[in-house]
Amino acid sequence: MSTLTLERNFFPLQNFGHSLTAPAYVFKPRCAEEICEAFELAGKTGLTVAARGAGRSYNDASLNGGGIVLDLSGMNRIINWDPVTGRVAAEPGVTLEQLWQRVEPEGWWPPVVSGTMFTTLGGCLAANIHGKNNFRMGPIGEHVIEFTAILPTGAEVTCSPNKNADLFYAMISGLGMLGIFTSITMQMKRIESGLLEVHAWPVHNLHEHLAFLFDKAPDFDYTVGWMDTMTGGKSLGRGQIHAANYLHGDEDPDPQKTMKLENQILPPRIFGVFPKSILYIFMKPFANNLGWSAVNTAKYVASLRAHTFRQSHAAFHFLLDYVPNWELSYGRGGLIQYQSFLPKETAEEAWRGMLNISLKRGMPSYLGVTKRHRPDQFLMTHALDGFSLALDFKVTNGNRAKLSAMLQEFDKVVLGAGGRFYFAKNSETRPETAMRFLGEETIAKFRKLKKRCDPNGILESDLYRRVFGNP
Amino acid sequence: MPAKKSSFPSASPLHPKLRGIIIGASGGIGTALSHRLARAGYTLALVDRNEQALGPLCGEINKGYEETRALPYVSNVTDYDTVPDALRHIVADLGGLDLLVYVAGVIYFPAIDEYNFDEDLKMVEVNLLGAMAWMNQAASLFQSMKCGQIVGVSSVAGDRGRVGNPGYNTSKAGFTAYLEGLRNRLTRHGVNVITIKPGMVKTEMLDLPNAPRAVFAVSPEKAAEGIWNAIRKRKQQVYISGVWFWIMLVLRNIPSFIFRRMNI
Repeated sequence: MSTLTLERNFFPLQNFGHSLTAPAYVFKPRCAEEICEAFELAGKTGLTVAARGAGRSYNDASLNGGGIVLDLSGMNRIINWDPVTGRVAAEPGVTLEQLWQRVEPEGWWPPVVSGTMFTTLGGCLAANIHGKNNFRMGPIGEHVIEFTAILPTGAEVTCSPNKNADLFYAMISGLGMLGIFTSITMQMKRIESGLLEVHAWPVHNLHEHLAFLFDKAPDFDYTVGWMDTMTGGKSLGRGQIHAANYLHGDEDPDPQKTMKLENQILPPRIFGVFPKSILYIFMKPFANNLGWSAVNTAKYVASLRAHTFRQSHAAFHFLLDYVPNWELSYGRGGLIQYQSFLPKETAEEAWRGMLNISLKRGMPSYLGVTKRHRPDQFLMTHALDGFSLALDFKVTNGNRAKLSAMLQEFDKVVLGAGGRFYFAKNSETRPETAMRFLGEETIAKFRKLKKRCDPNGILESDLYRRVFGNP
Repeated sequence: MPAKKSSFPSASPLHPKLRGIIIGASGGIGTALSHRLARAGYTLALVDRNEQALGPLCGEINKGYEETRALPYVSNVTDYDTVPDALRHIVADLGGLDLLVYVAGVIYFPAIDEYNFDEDLKMVEVNLLGAMAWMNQAASLFQSMKCGQIVGVSSVAGDRGRVGNPGYNTSKAGFTAYLEGLRNRLTRHGVNVITIKPGMVKTEMLDLPNAPRAVFAVSPEKAAEGIWNAIRKRKQQVYISGVWFWIMLVLRNIPSFIFRRMNI
């Protein structure tokens, strides 16, 4: 007998960029049975259900305006951890923070992590996230040994690359639209030190930028580029490349010490005094073209010296967590991210065009991040043999229409160059665009699986309705 | 509730939506207000029992925009039991809710010596109980969301019980008091409640038998403009035309021993 009621559970939820609000009936299940209760309630009330983890997606992936949202952050137990084999079984609400803090002191590290540690495993699988090692390790889904999920029909399925393989490759990357993960078993990666050896080089233009990402990839475990997206002309695409390697054998004289948790945790204060949690307030005055232009230039100048240093895993990976609540510095309108994935052959020309458009129209991105990628076999994959560029844009009441028009042009450029998009990031992708880069066959396959797993169409998010419409 | 024929466009950060429900949308003020709010950028669920009028109204509104701005929901406000389901479906279709406007209302003009309970009952049901059925549900949603606006189109007739139409006065006085109560409950939760007192508006009401002569009557469009301004400025109590504020100020303050001998 269901004990859930809709009353008094209607809350306004937002995307991570605080640029979109969608109120929903929010429930926080603690176990699989409670997920089933929510499905039952949805069936009775005619509402739809979406899953939400940490709410870290830049778009509407975990929003369901007027419907039910299952906040899975309460299902956050690490069910089993075996430090001998490096296998971990966890509930979907376990965050990467919980995970790495559990496995790192014993010499393991999650094989794929996002730029923030606050994402949940369920969300990571639903979007099939990638890290700075995508060209080497693929997306997170490639390290999942097995998962169980509850389908809207109430059935429980267990999937692995060998068992229910079609569902395995579709539910990972399936945006939570086929079922809801209840337990995830993953393989961690062995590390021999708590530190990474990090190399930093300046790159002076877009060509050099991409050439560096391409050339350095074979020699490094991780690469990532920062791009000054506010400078045009000859310096268009300038920035800095960071590449890192694991330390092996005796490269780290005292791995026991460096792997200790206290050597990994990001300090909450700057210089030991200034609390980072309020830093974003001081960033607010810079959240305009002039301010960010100065910040980008200063960062570029500071990066001109090529250097090598050692850094903890957490410090290298979770750049986005250096300034807590940084997304609030973008003000009331919030921000959106536009990430495009382009084949290595066409990337340079396409991005040159896009960056020039954004500069010409006076709407430059304030932050650009580049990565190297390789394709994977998941159904709704965003990856390809090439590069990605993630651009952050500030949203204001005055610029929405102009920004929207510009992003539509970007879409055309990217599609024309054979590019792809990432459903955890872009908030304006239209059905026609998705059809073009995913292909008719993929979408038909997805719809077929959707019909099989969710015959009554109970699982729906704002993202699903936006991109896949009402079939 | 009819089956969903088409759907509202999805919201996104660069295409955010303002979402509203208008109950009683096919009447004079309701129609004008639907047009006005659509023009102000709202995506609207139009509720009325009059299916014949609702469809064309939506069509006419949507004609002016590239995307769907209004969809019809046929429902009778006196079917109180259906309101929770109806509101839930509408909010799910809209993807949220920012505004609920109750414009539905009926009036009968009894003769000076006529006491007609059936007509009084209808007026109380449509003007007051239907409003409470819808607004209670909406208030609960808005209270937990900590935002939103509720607008009730009451009447200057609720300011005083008068010889001409005790039943109508009662329904509107009750509505005004209910709105004030909601306002006092919800303001602390960030929800704004507006009482609109339109005075006379040139609608079909004034063509009814025994209807009084139109005094300072405004067009429905003017009334809609006034309501939109009240919403935009988050007002609390609004007389559509200023003259009614002064008239009612005087009327409210006429002592009973004089007022009961008067014919207004």
